[in-house]
Amino acid sequence: MSMNKILAAALIAATSFATASFAAEGTPEPPGQKWSFSGPFGTFDRAQLQRGFKVYREVCATCHAMTLLSFRNLSEPGGPQFTASQVKALAAEYRIATTDDNGQPTERPGLAADRFPAIFPNEKAARATNGGALPPDMSLLAKARTYERGFPRFIFDIFTQYQEQAPDYIVALLTGYEEAPAGVTLQPGQYYNKYMPGHLIAMRPPLENDRVEYPKDSSGKLVAPQTVEQYAKDVTAFLVWAAEPHMEARKALGLKVLIFLVVFAGLLYFTKKRIWSKLPDGAHA
Amino acid sequence: MSGHSSYAPSNGFTRWLDARLPIVRLMHDSAVSYPVPRNLNYFWTFGGILTFMLVAQIVTGVILVMHYTPNAELAFNSVEHIMRDVNYGWLLRYLHANGASMFFLAVYIHIFRGLYYGSYKAPREILWILGVIIFVLMMAAAFMGYVLPWGQMSFWGATVITNLLGALPIVGDTILSLLWGGYSVDNPTLNRFFSLHYLIPFMIAGVVVLHIWALHHVGQNNPTGVEVKDVRKDTLPFTPYATIKDVFAMVCFMVVFAWFVFYTPNFLGHADNYQRANPAVTPAHIVPEWYFLPFYAILRAIPSKLGGVLCMFGAIAILAFLPWLDTSRVKSMNYRPVARVFFWVFVADAVLLGWLGAKPAEGGYIIVARIATFYYFAYFGILLVLGLFETPKKMPASIADSVLKQKAGAPMMASAAAAAPQTKG
Repeated sequence: MSMNKILAAALIAATSFATASFAAEGTPEPPGQKWSFSGPFGTFDRAQLQRGFKVYREVCATCHAMTLLSFRNLSEPGGPQFTASQVKALAAEYRIATTDDNGQPTERPGLAADRFPAIFPNEKAARATNGGALPPDMSLLAKARTYERGFPRFIFDIFTQYQEQAPDYIVALLTGYEEAPAGVTLQPGQYYNKYMPGHLIAMRPPLENDRVEYPKDSSGKLVAPQTVEQYAKDVTAFLVWAAEPHMEARKALGLKVLIFLVVFAGLLYFTKKRIWSKLPDGAHA
Repeated sequence: MSGHSSYAPSNGFTRWLDARLPIVRLMHDSAVSYPVPRNLNYFWTFGGILTFMLVAQIVTGVILVMHYTPNAELAFNSVEHIMRDVNYGWLLRYLHANGASMFFLAVYIHIFRGLYYGSYKAPREILWILGVIIFVLMMAAAFMGYVLPWGQMSFWGATVITNLLGALPIVGDTILSLLWGGYSVDNPTLNRFFSLHYLIPFMIAGVVVLHIWALHHVGQNNPTGVEVKDVRKDTLPFTPYATIKDVFAMVCFMVVFAWFVFYTPNFLGHADNYQRANPAVTPAHIVPEWYFLPFYAILRAIPSKLGGVLCMFGAIAILAFLPWLDTSRVKSMNYRPVARVFFWVFVADAVLLGWLGAKPAEGGYIIVARIATFYYFAYFGILLVLGLFETPKKMPASIADSVLKQKAGAPMMASAAAAAPQTKG
């Protein structure tokens, strides 16, 4: 039938455009990582979130704030699940701006209920310290980055539930620093990164092997390798949790809701069949 | 179709109430004894699904408002407060955001069903036009709702779309400053969009009442497009037959809805909207929500700004004139083999326009978008001309006949052939 041919032609045209646009971007696609939290049954690896928080705190937090996250979130179910006393002690290490009884500005130790304080007093201060660049707040970073999936993959993503564009991109970026190729001149304070759109990035390579000390198990062996790749994955997993602290609850509830709906739909289907098998005039529909 | 009411009050109280306010009678007549054509397929369940979505959006929306702050400084963080601190706030927000998409998914299926089966033709013109009004109101509500989180795409989407109205001659500037409450998208814009976003759903609910009233006055169309001739043979009472079918379809639809909400809740959104609005930084690609993409593609396909705006609004407005543009007297495309091909190309064309709307407006995309835009409007011209010349297939004599024929799997009955419509429109 001619209609099918037209549809087929439209599909072919659409696919070729998708590929063409991809080649034109000039930035390679971030490699897909294996994440414990992907898919319908995904959960976070607590130990990985705890390591990731350590990387965030010792490396990223020099410049990147996380002002939407509260200290208490770190001990809540579905996250790194530090103990309440660990969180209390951690919060107390931070200074929170407040006013004293005379209304004069002062500082107090942080409480579990406080949000992570800002790192710079304002945007101008942040830019002045970072060679004109603004280090983005990291609270939502793992939701606010993406790369184009293109047709037809974006259709498949609905069914495979692939939604880890941002974490894949962040890992790629953290491990994607390279020597600038010939012909690219870097200004002072600029670095070359394979995965950064435009390739020029103002953040110096933040990670290096053995920069963050990881815990050891009872036999004195490191629980995870102290490599750039491992740091990148761990801190990214932490960022994914920080961007959506209730992700585990969402997926767990989703399973129950879907099982209920599918069973309910099945019962309704048979009820409907039964009702429609007996029509008022005795005929069959 | 309304016919005689079969409601009989069963006790003293309902008799007393019925004599004063026959509200139970009204509900009985419209949701229990109301006769529906017995051959409706599952495409006819989307009216019920849409009613459910409207209620779901209003309920989740009213609760979200209890936690949301319509202020340019605070809006973004208040949405994150809902996501992080409010009990099941993440669920409410994902239901509401994905609910908008599901609402449009259902309405597009509902509209295409009407287009295929000719549900806009006499005596359902007013019913159809009320539907177009609901569609326009939905678009306004969705557009303003997308602005409320005050992310980058909220801000820049609002900037691009409101700026379009500035292209209108004479009134453009006045409309712009009224919408903005100033000279650019800013806090006053957010405030008035919030106010209107809360108002419009109730306007929709009002028009939905008229839409259902008109529907129940003229009766439902059906896959054959043959009107009900004998209520006893051609129809079934709404309850239990349509009720159980509608509920079953609604629960199936909820499975799709839940899949998005729980498993891939940001698939239909845009990553940039998780960045706070920043008037100083323009996103690389400003893209509206998926349900606006076909119209966005039409807008950008036209080289002149005013022309693009007129074509974009025209693409929606033309639907309201469809009852008079389509000259064929045969309703259902099942009996219009030639028109049917153009219909499916029209569906593919709308999908293609949607895909183009998400692409940058450059090079080959522009050329394809122009061809697709041309076909979009040409379709209505084709229906105008085709209705005068095409030869429709033989139609069943009645709804009951079509059902019996289907069941028996037998060739068309003699009575049906005898009652076939005139061959020319």
